[in-house]
Amino acid sequence: MTMAETGWQGDCYRELRARGVRHFCYVPDSGHAALITAARLDPDAVALGLAAEQEGVAVIAGLHLGGGKGVLLMQSSGVGNCVNYLSLIKHGRFPFLALVTMRGEFGEQNPWQYPMGQATEAVLRAMGVITLRADAAADAAVTVAAACDMADRGGQAVAVLLGQRLLGAKAF
Amino acid sequence: MTTQDATGEAGTATRDTRRGFDRQAALALLIPEPDSYLIVAGLGNAVFDMSRLTGGAPFCYPLDGAMGAAVSLGLGIALAQPDQRVLVVTGDGELLMNLGALATVAAADPPNLSILCLDNRRYGLTGGQPTHTAAGADIRKAGAALGLRHTSRPQDEAQLRAAAAVLRAAPSAALVVVDVTAVNSAPCAVDRDGDACRVRFLAHAVRAAT
Repeated sequence: MTMAETGWQGDCYRELRARGVRHFCYVPDSGHAALITAARLDPDAVALGLAAEQEGVAVIAGLHLGGGKGVLLMQSSGVGNCVNYLSLIKHGRFPFLALVTMRGEFGEQNPWQYPMGQATEAVLRAMGVITLRADAAADAAVTVAAACDMADRGGQAVAVLLGQRLLGAKAF
Repeated sequence: MTTQDATGEAGTATRDTRRGFDRQAALALLIPEPDSYLIVAGLGNAVFDMSRLTGGAPFCYPLDGAMGAAVSLGLGIALAQPDQRVLVVTGDGELLMNLGALATVAAADPPNLSILCLDNRRYGLTGGQPTHTAAGADIRKAGAALGLRHTSRPQDEAQLRAAAAVLRAAPSAALVVVDVTAVNSAPCAVDRDGDACRVRFLAHAVRAAT
């Protein structure tokens, strides 16, 4: 995918870049693959692979401390890994933006995904992260743009939950 | 200043609480000019150490929670401010909580990030319970194995001075592990308002970049 890519993922990427997001921190998921590739191919962006999702919470905070802007891309299972690190975001009132591809919901066929998938939104909210959902392709980019403005201009911690109705339920 | 027994491996390390450098004396040699860095202090003793050394200055972010996050926080700062040197000062317990972060640093390899681990082989503030470095885990070797190209574990004063130069100017991400005694850092005033520290640090970092 390039910046010229059509489709909702291309639209999401362009909305983020237009708002000055430069660092795309990720633990991969197929739902994020197009964004990760776009960041890799973009000479003005940085794709930063993480060993674990919680690193991304601190990296996003560090980027802010240095005057930069990042987004954390992860699967809903990764949200569970982030919980205590979100103390940094909440106590320090850091702006924070995450895109979360959902598992363990609409159409999920792997029972292992349900415990964390069903807890994802509650866990984020419990740690002070505002959640927005996108379940249709037409909603994705506008929701990501809104979340980015809430974080960047509104100083909030925001996660966009990209539902399996949008992504397609997985069989694995 | 005391120096460690260079041959001391796990067997003696678990019991000898005096092994290693005095932390304040080592820091004075390792960080002669704190204001030449953007600094993250990992929770516990390192927050006391660095709050004392910097006097609560805006260029030091005292991360007194979110255990395990110090290296990643420093990585973010280093990526956003490529022309300033970033120094993470933390302990063995804090660093062991997310060793994978060293692999992420090695893969990204920011040329302006240095990590100083003060290894006292114990969780100092919770009663001195041994960390895994007391059982022989070697954080320097781990960092090297995870891909960091500049790692060292100084054994005497001359090597501490050499490590100070590495922290300041290594051409890629650096990890220095310093064995220190079990004596905790004396408590001192710490600014625990993470929001106020954030605002101060950001203003300093952006101003220093221009």
